[in-house]
Amino acid sequence: MTAALRALLWRDLLVALRRPSDVATALLFFVVVASLFPLGTGAGPNLLREVAPGVIWVAALLSSMLSLQRLFAADHADGTLEQLVLGASPLGVAAAAKVLGHWLVSGLPLVAIAPAIALQYDLSPRLYGTLALSLLLGTPVLSLIGAIGAALTLGVRGGGVLLALLVLPLYVPVLILGAGSVAQASAGLAPDAQLELLGALLAVSAAFAPWAVAAALRIAME
Amino acid sequence: MLEASDLECRRGARLLFRALAFQLRPGELLRVAGENGSGKTTLLKILAGLLVPDAGEVRWGGAPIRSLGEEYARQVAFVGHAPALKDELSAAENLAAACAIAGAPASGGAAAEALARFGLAADAVPVRRLSQGQRRRAALARLALSPAPLWLLDEPFAALDAAAARVASELIARHVSAGGAVAYSTHQEAAIPGTAQRVLDLA
Repeated sequence: MTAALRALLWRDLLVALRRPSDVATALLFFVVVASLFPLGTGAGPNLLREVAPGVIWVAALLSSMLSLQRLFAADHADGTLEQLVLGASPLGVAAAAKVLGHWLVSGLPLVAIAPAIALQYDLSPRLYGTLALSLLLGTPVLSLIGAIGAALTLGVRGGGVLLALLVLPLYVPVLILGAGSVAQASAGLAPDAQLELLGALLAVSAAFAPWAVAAALRIAME
Repeated sequence: MLEASDLECRRGARLLFRALAFQLRPGELLRVAGENGSGKTTLLKILAGLLVPDAGEVRWGGAPIRSLGEEYARQVAFVGHAPALKDELSAAENLAAACAIAGAPASGGAAAEALARFGLAADAVPVRRLSQGQRRRAALARLALSPAPLWLLDEPFAALDAAAARVASELIARHVSAGGAVAYSTHQEAAIPGTAQRVLDLA
């Protein structure tokens, strides 16, 4: 079963690698959105420092949503999904591997590039660690929750808008905790509480979301 | 042994089939016949466990396939309308990934041999560049490596030329003579020579 999951993950990563434009689009979107705010709000360093955590987190959230629609759409269209259902591993576990693949190409790059964005907002370097850690804990939750939405809207016409309406409200706790942790740290307080809650969200969604995804995929196959 | 009892399927208000019952024993070949839209694909998907019938059930070795889950999935090789190939990967990469995901990893040599049997080279050309018939061949090459006793094939000969169709029918004939069971749908009459087959007409 682990060999099957490795093969599934490897194939998804290989497909993403051969089509770098998809990955680049989401990453570029993140950079552009986060870079537009300083231009729009004026360059007062105090204001920028204050809005930075929220803006960076909202940009990360939207960017992660951008790539969600493709998570299962291609597999659904080319018949791979049928083979996954008939695969050696339970569909929930296979779904978890798909989500992991999605996060590796859409979430992890955001974590890596976030400090560079923070530079634009004159965020103090001692906050980079908190920002990166909050994104490291939070973006997998976005991928996991988003995958449920992506599976539910599979094959629905106008699914993109529906997906956003379905998933964005569920992203709110992650946004509040993620941005809150950085704001807390910038106020000179320990962000442990927020980060621990983010970790708890990650643990719970990693345990349950894949099975919800599997159930939604089965419905979409009908 | 695959056993279907009292199957019924509707698509919207339209009745595709009802009270459908049959058995498929090891070493048997079943051709699902019927005109376009008569429910051949639907029936094969129900047999694979991808769709749930509106009534009746499918049993494998006496147990309902719903209760067997992955255990049944491992017994089945399903080739559907869609070839289940990733455009960005080569035929060999696709084949290796598909075998591993199905729980039966194949060595590079075995994969190359399976592709060669269908006249495909194990090179780095992405599937995107292949013709419709070549994609079909790449999808069918999976069967040559599959240890599953039950093959469910939806229009396996569609888009194949005469040579590839012969390779595919030989593969099916060999699987049946080795004690495997095959259910397939096709429009061609007597597509698999030298093997007795039953016909299930959905028309």
